[in-house]
Amino acid sequence: MSIKFDFVSGDELLVLCDANGISIAEAMLKREEKRSELSREELLFEMRLNLDTMRSSAKKGLEEKQYSVTGLMGGDAEALLFYSRGKSFSGESTLRAAASSMAVVEVNAAMGKIVAAPTAGASGILPGTLLTAAEERGWNDDVLVMGLFTAAAVGMLIARNASISGASGGCQAEIGAAAAMAAAALAECAGGSPLKALHAAAMALKNVMGLVCDPVAGLVESPCIKRNALGAANAMLCADMALAGVESIIPFDEVVWAMHSVGKGMQTDLKETGRGGLAATPTAKALRSRLKTDL
Amino acid sequence: MADYGAFDIVGPRMIGPSSSHTAGAAKLSYTAWKIAGKDVKKATLTLYGSFSDTGRGHGTDKALIAGILGLKPDDERLSSAYALSKQKGVDADVVFSDEEAEHPNTARIRIESKDGSVTEVVGVSVGGGNILITNIDGFSVEFTAEYPTLIIRQRDVPGIITKVTGILADNGINIAFMRVFRQGRKEDAFMVIETDQAVPSDAVKKILSLGPDIVQVRAV
Repeated sequence: MSIKFDFVSGDELLVLCDANGISIAEAMLKREEKRSELSREELLFEMRLNLDTMRSSAKKGLEEKQYSVTGLMGGDAEALLFYSRGKSFSGESTLRAAASSMAVVEVNAAMGKIVAAPTAGASGILPGTLLTAAEERGWNDDVLVMGLFTAAAVGMLIARNASISGASGGCQAEIGAAAAMAAAALAECAGGSPLKALHAAAMALKNVMGLVCDPVAGLVESPCIKRNALGAANAMLCADMALAGVESIIPFDEVVWAMHSVGKGMQTDLKETGRGGLAATPTAKALRSRLKTDL
Repeated sequence: MADYGAFDIVGPRMIGPSSSHTAGAAKLSYTAWKIAGKDVKKATLTLYGSFSDTGRGHGTDKALIAGILGLKPDDERLSSAYALSKQKGVDADVVFSDEEAEHPNTARIRIESKDGSVTEVVGVSVGGGNILITNIDGFSVEFTAEYPTLIIRQRDVPGIITKVTGILADNGINIAFMRVFRQGRKEDAFMVIETDQAVPSDAVKKILSLGPDIVQVRAV
C-alpha cells in the first residue's frame, strides 16, 4: 500500500506520525522523498552539508571577532561565551547556546557563509541550540541531521499557514519561527513525542507573538543579533517545558493561525521597512544618517 | 498556498547578511554574467529602491560585483569583491540611483565584454534569495534562473518555435516552462525556454544553425 506522506497542518502531521509510529523528522524526510524524487541518502547528505556549514559558522563566530559591514556590531558572541564560564543568571548552557546563536548571525552580518534557518536574520537559533545540546548530550551528527528535518517540518507548516518573512509577518515570523523550529527539534532529539515537539513549537511562537521587525538603518544587525540570543533561550525553555509535560493550551495550528492574523494586522512600518519601532528612535536615525555618509 | 520543501526552510547555504539584498543580488549579477557569456571588461551596476538605500550596509554592491566576476552566490570571496575585480582587471562601476523603480530591489547590470559587445540585464530580487530577470537588452522578459534556461533571440516568423523545440526533443530535453516575448509583429522576439535538463552545447549549435531567423542563442 502506498501511503501519501504529505501534511499541511500540525494535526495532519500528528495523525501521520501516530498511524505509522514515526517521528516528525521521519515524516518530513518521507514527504521530501516523494516531493523531490531524491533518495533518502541524497536528502540526508544534503542536510548534512547544511549541518557542516552551520557548525563552521558557529565556530568562526565564536573564535574570531566578527565585525559587520557597517562596523556597528561585532564581538558580542565572544564576550557572552567568556562570561558564561562564570556565575550567571541564565545558566551556562543557555548562555553558550545564546552566544553560539549570536556568533552565527555576527558571521552573517560580516558577509560570512551561513545557512538560512528559516531566514538569514534568524539563522543563529537552530545551530546555536542544537550544536550546544549535542556537545552536552553527546548527540552525533545523525541525530542532528534528523533534528534539522524536525525543524524543517515545523518551519514548513509556519511558512505555509502563516509566514516566515519579516516583511510580511514581522519578527515573530523570523525569530519566532526559528525558535519554534529549534524547540521542536530539541524536544524530538531528546526523545520527546511528536505531540510534545509541537507543544514546544507552539509555546515558542506564543512567547514572541506580535514581535515587530524594526531593524536599525534597515540592516540585519540591530536588534536581530540579540534577538537570536533571545530565540535560543526561548527554544530551550519551551523544549524543557514540553518535555516536563507542560502543554500549550492553544494547539500548534491555532497558534500559527493567530500569528498569521497578528502579522497581517501589523503596520507596514513594523515589518522590515526600517521605519518603525527601534528604527524610528533618535539614536537609530542618527546611526542611519551617519552610515549613509560614512560608508 | 505556496508549497515549501525541507531545504526551502533549512537553507539555502548563503553569504550574508540578507537573502534578498545579498544572496539575491549575487544571483542576479551571476545570471547576468552567464547571459553575457563572455569575458567582462567593464561593468556598470546600478542599484534602485531599497537596494540603493541600504545596499552598502547589506553588501549589495559587493554581491553585484562578485556576480559579474563569475563568483557563485555562496562563494565566501563575495566580501572581497572590490579587491578581486581590481586583481582581475575588471572595471566595475557601482551607481546608487535615486530613480524610481517598479520593484524596490532592482538592479541594472550592464556588461561590456572584451570583444566590445554589450549586454544589459535588469532584474529584481523577490525575497529568500530568489530572483526574476525582467529585461534583457531592452526586451521585457520574465524568468527565475531556477532552471537551465535558453534565451533565444529570433525573428518573429511562423514555424521557428517548432524547429527549436524539435531540437530539444531530439536531445531528450524536457521543457518545464516556455514563453515568447516580442515588441511587435515581424520584429525581433525573444523565446525563453526553461528546461529540466541542461542543454548541451551541441544542441545550442544546432539551434544556431537553423539559419538567419535565429539571431542569438544564450544558455544560462
